Amino acid sequence: MATTSAGPVRSQTGLAGLLSGKVRVPPIVAYAVGLAVLVVAPFLAYPLFLAKILCFCLFACAFNLLGSVGLLSFGHAAFFGASAYVAGHALKVWGLPFELAALIGTAAATVLGVVFGFVAIRRQGLYFAMITLALAQMIYFLALQVPFTHAEDGLTGVPRGYILGLFNLNNLYVLYYTAAVIFLVGYFLIYRITRSTFGQILKAIREKEPRAISLGYRVNDYKLLVFVLSAALAGLAGATKTMVVQLASLTDVHWSTSGDVILMTLLGGSGTLFGPVVGAVLVEMLQFYLADSGLPIQAVIGAIFIVCILLFRRGIVGEISQMLGAKRDTPAS
Amino acid sequence: MSFQILSGQLLVGLINGSFYALLSLGFAVIFGLLGIINVAQGTFYMLGAFGSWMLLNYAGVGYWPALFLSPLIAAVVGMALEKTLIARVYKLDHIYGLLLTYGLMMFIQGMFVYWFATAGRPYPVPLNLRGGFDLGFLFLPKYRAWVVLASLVFCFGTWFAIEKTSLGRTLRAATENPQLTRAFGINVPALLTFGFGAGVALAGFAGVLAAPIYSVSPLMGGELVITVFAVVVVGGMGSILGSIVTGLSLGVLEGLTKVFYPPGANMVIFVIMFIVLLIKPAGLFGRER
Repeated sequence: MATTSAGPVRSQTGLAGLLSGKVRVPPIVAYAVGLAVLVVAPFLAYPLFLAKILCFCLFACAFNLLGSVGLLSFGHAAFFGASAYVAGHALKVWGLPFELAALIGTAAATVLGVVFGFVAIRRQGLYFAMITLALAQMIYFLALQVPFTHAEDGLTGVPRGYILGLFNLNNLYVLYYTAAVIFLVGYFLIYRITRSTFGQILKAIREKEPRAISLGYRVNDYKLLVFVLSAALAGLAGATKTMVVQLASLTDVHWSTSGDVILMTLLGGSGTLFGPVVGAVLVEMLQFYLADSGLPIQAVIGAIFIVCILLFRRGIVGEISQMLGAKRDTPAS
Repeated sequence: MSFQILSGQLLVGLINGSFYALLSLGFAVIFGLLGIINVAQGTFYMLGAFGSWMLLNYAGVGYWPALFLSPLIAAVVGMALEKTLIARVYKLDHIYGLLLTYGLMMFIQGMFVYWFATAGRPYPVPLNLRGGFDLGFLFLPKYRAWVVLASLVFCFGTWFAIEKTSLGRTLRAATENPQLTRAFGINVPALLTFGFGAGVALAGFAGVLAAPIYSVSPLMGGELVITVFAVVVVGGMGSILGSIVTGLSLGVLEGLTKVFYPPGANMVIFVIMFIVLLIKPAGLFGRER
């Protein structure tokens, strides 16, 4: 399920380059290959499962966007889950079409992002992680209390409806391609954000905040903006997920979902654009296959976490591009 | 609104507050020494409770020996993990310590769910603490009075050990300037391991105290640690005494909310955290850095 380029922000090596380690493929080719895989995939695997994976890919990429300014949120499930509930409610109770429901869900996540971001960016590093986790737990308890989430039962049997008023989303291929387009739009947006001057400033803040401040940048404004963008995209992922699996439940707002998205990013490569996609695919497949094996999923996830942190902190994509980068850079520099 | 309900919930709040205080204290000790946010603090609390349950059911060891043995076992497990795994991330960004202990929590909790399922297991109140005192307005079970008392004694004991003894001075020196402390011939890595063990033992102790009140379950620490996070953010990391006071008072506040507005009880600590962050981001007892 490789999409787009090999995506390490620094090196421009494509898929084939990744394999051989020598050939440099223009990124356009890599993107074409990725796009082709995205188009063909539903004919090779179960489209509904793939569509769900794509939602988590977008979620992980949205989470990783925050990493570009050097912040680690431990509460992204709040945005994902809040939007999942709101969009589910809009679809099921208000009977709105998916486009509108997704918009309302994303808007809800955005508002939440503004409120949480405003408070959380007052502290950095470890405190930021703890505060986002605690704020997200507030949303979890809220979801337990308010009537429209149906507490333990969750919002079940959410109708999918039609996309653009024409195509029935209950057709699994329509469903898949809708999710694929949403993912691509989100991914492209994140790509554009990280490559823009705005993205460069974020990077400057991450590398040396006092210097960015002394250059006259309002650091907190930038942090808040990227936090809100990240929350909004996580919300878009959550709303789409509700439509795809027709369910919004407490799992969506649970802290373990925040943990899962961190693992996806960490496993795939947190410093890379494409890493979270790889990580999301792997973690989702792992959970799918472990579900029937009788093995304790939570313990396996925990073990992978530990191995990732102790042995390869750059993640899969990060380690590969590092290896290739070392090979390529040595003669040149 | 009867006075009876109010004082009953105040007692429940005081007990929860005792656990918050013990956990956030252990948390503060570990953070102060190692700069590690120990997400697994709730897991060690669970291990403490499970330890005493296992001691009772597998070895016939009662509550009073378990009160000593179980935190010790938790501390040994903690120190082994510190030596083998956690010590490897000290030189990295501190966020890796948080992620690593999160992974440990997921792993240990996952294995316990796998072995023991999620249902709670009852743990009997020790014989000599059954019954209670009738205070007229409130029936005070002996065991609950003991929990509050024991927590207070332990909290202030820890405060005393860190602030007033020579061991505490050495620990603080190792925190302030590990290089120089080493130059004085003090084995700093061993001291750090010991400090981690002490912080974990506090959580394990809280777990044993909690076992007869709440039943013993693999999931008992997972949610609690997030509430403790909020408590720590409210209190700030500045002072040991601050984390004790914050823990107790937020527990009581939670109990009061249960009386006046039950649906808000779960959330009140987080709402307080939100407000404190708006007004005083460093926390009530914290120093702005």
